Amino acid sequence: MKCDIILAGVGGQGILTIAATIGLAAVEANLFLKQSEVHGMSQRGGDVQSHLRLSDREIHSDLIPHGKADLIISVEPMEALRYLPWLSPEGWVVTSSVPFINIPDYPDTSALMAELEKTANSVVLDADSIAKNLGSSRSGNMVILGAASSFITMPFETIENAVRKLFSRKGEEVVGLNIQALRAGRAAAGK
Amino acid sequence: MQKQLLLGDEAIAQAALDAGISGMYAYPGTPSTEIMEYVQASPQAVRNKVHREWSSNEKTAVEAALGMSYAGKRALVAMKHVGLNVAADAFINSAVTGVNGGLVVVSADDPSMHSSQNEQDSRFYGRFAMVPVLEPRNQQEAYDMIFEAFNLSEKYRLPVLFRITTRLAHSRAAVTGRVSRAQNAIRLPSNPRQFVLLPAIARKQYRALTSVYETLRTDSILAGYNRLSAGKGRGTGIITCGIAYNYLMENITDNRNDYHLLSLAAYPPDPRQVAELVGRCDQVLVLEEGYPIIEEQLRGLLDRDVKVLGRMDGTVPRDGELNPSIVAAALGMDATIGKDVPPVVRQRPPSFCKGCGHADVYAALAEVMDEFGPGRVFSDIGCYTLGALPPYNMVNSCVDMGASVTMAVGASDAGLSPAVAVIGDSTFTHSGMTGLLDAVIKDSPVTLIISDNSTTGMTGGQKSQATDRIESICLGLGVSRGHLRVIIPLRKNHEENKAVLREELKHNGLSVILARRECIQTASRNKKAETAEKNKTGE
Repeated sequence: MKCDIILAGVGGQGILTIAATIGLAAVEANLFLKQSEVHGMSQRGGDVQSHLRLSDREIHSDLIPHGKADLIISVEPMEALRYLPWLSPEGWVVTSSVPFINIPDYPDTSALMAELEKTANSVVLDADSIAKNLGSSRSGNMVILGAASSFITMPFETIENAVRKLFSRKGEEVVGLNIQALRAGRAAAGK
Repeated sequence: MQKQLLLGDEAIAQAALDAGISGMYAYPGTPSTEIMEYVQASPQAVRNKVHREWSSNEKTAVEAALGMSYAGKRALVAMKHVGLNVAADAFINSAVTGVNGGLVVVSADDPSMHSSQNEQDSRFYGRFAMVPVLEPRNQQEAYDMIFEAFNLSEKYRLPVLFRITTRLAHSRAAVTGRVSRAQNAIRLPSNPRQFVLLPAIARKQYRALTSVYETLRTDSILAGYNRLSAGKGRGTGIITCGIAYNYLMENITDNRNDYHLLSLAAYPPDPRQVAELVGRCDQVLVLEEGYPIIEEQLRGLLDRDVKVLGRMDGTVPRDGELNPSIVAAALGMDATIGKDVPPVVRQRPPSFCKGCGHADVYAALAEVMDEFGPGRVFSDIGCYTLGALPPYNMVNSCVDMGASVTMAVGASDAGLSPAVAVIGDSTFTHSGMTGLLDAVIKDSPVTLIISDNSTTGMTGGQKSQATDRIESICLGLGVSRGHLRVIIPLRKNHEENKAVLREELKHNGLSVILARRECIQTASRNKKAETAEKNKTGE
């Protein structure tokens, strides 16, 4: 078993929280894991990505080879498309539809959606609205992770436990909201 | 021991704590910053009273660590690769003095320049200084090797250079720790003249160093990290250095026994191992992250004994970070690739955070500089270098730490007047102060803007040595009180700030403008922490 994931977003959007959750879950599931992150200059509003690799065998490279990723999880639609060269032909894209516009030449959103539609295996959802409806506007990340969870080869409970563990320091209320967001994302993707 | 999920940087930090360091010295720099941050946050470091304050720059860090080593205790130093240029004087000479307590210098290279000005290869410095170099292949090996690095350092009485690259520094994997060992007690060097590099002593020690370096080639600890394995037939042999091994294995996991392979992780390598590999093959492919150092040695000046493939003949790109796909191509395998990036995807360069004080400095400066002419703003290393990008397009130089001040001085010497330097607070105390002294002595027609956000911002908000000290430093260096101005870079002060800038640019001599407003990232973090603290005490 192996699951190679590209996490994508804009610096400051918090993709490392998603990465940390999957990382914790992988440890619990006793899987090998490598997770390459971007720190430094790009974190200032630039495009950022993380390569996350899970396997039941030893993993060598910290980087996923081009054309081999099983999954792109993105919190921003244009950023999802940036990593298509890494996606395998059978791979899936799970992305938020909410654009993060901090450049003057940001493309027309409908053009982005058209490109995503062309990618056969894609799940596009308005993570922010789903999170807001739950009364937790900052849990968009967990909605996206929930939507992607069925493509990650791990039991859903393991991911839930990881969310509990990760947010436990912030109190029961925060844990509850994030679990709700995770479940809502999973349900939305199932539709 | 329990497994922990650690960044390469964190594995190094935890290992150094377990290996019994008494102090860590560092200046923040991507991708090395997290080593010190981990030590600072570690309860183990607090318990064992491990020194863990940031240093003013990489040179002071290496020197302080050498002082700790002089006193018989173990010290770790960490920096980004270009920091080793700053520390080079101390580092090279520390090989000649040798050490007393173990001394390990971590230098984190940044091939592909994700967050740097060049992609220099620190292994070069290891040869230059004639010290052992260790280059771990993965996070677990990074942990284990730190122990050996201190052992080697104390065995040969030499500093050990520990080379990592961005990919290992910032990638997480499970790491198993070891039982920690005690710190050394204070113990003066057995030879009281060991650290006195007067020519007569230095000559003797240098001669000894050259002979020790030859011994290192056959050292068993070093050789133990360099693994030779036989393949089938003749064909192409492969030498990998450090993490290049992982990219190779990614491609040949299922048929690794077909290849003659020498996987290096410690330098200098044993020539006998290299000869054995070369003897089995028709040609050798060298895969190394960074400069073609091993490749160049293998080719030699005449490049005719062995057929070598690598960065120098184009089998591997001459610059940039390696990855599995590049290595597949070098092996002649069909590389997989997904779809092209659709043309609708635009570049998204880094930019100032919303509400950043640096942005307000540039907004005012841009309008004032229209009156003085283009091409005269010298900047430095930090977030404020982003003033080079639209919409500001204000920055004409970004070279090395502190160069804004001195390049402005040189340009004004040439007659480009007024010249402007823009530097951050932490960069100013790192390497800007000495340049300012030059400007003071000549009263150069330079306007130095110190954009003080009270932190080391680009690397994530580490404590700045400059905080609350900049005025007294400037005055102490001899900046005239009348031309040391303080402004608050806020939108509402725009016109007022422009007036101050204009006045000082018109002054035919040195001015310092201190633009002071806290980094909005650290400000919001501090506010959150404060609220949390209040809530706690409220309970």
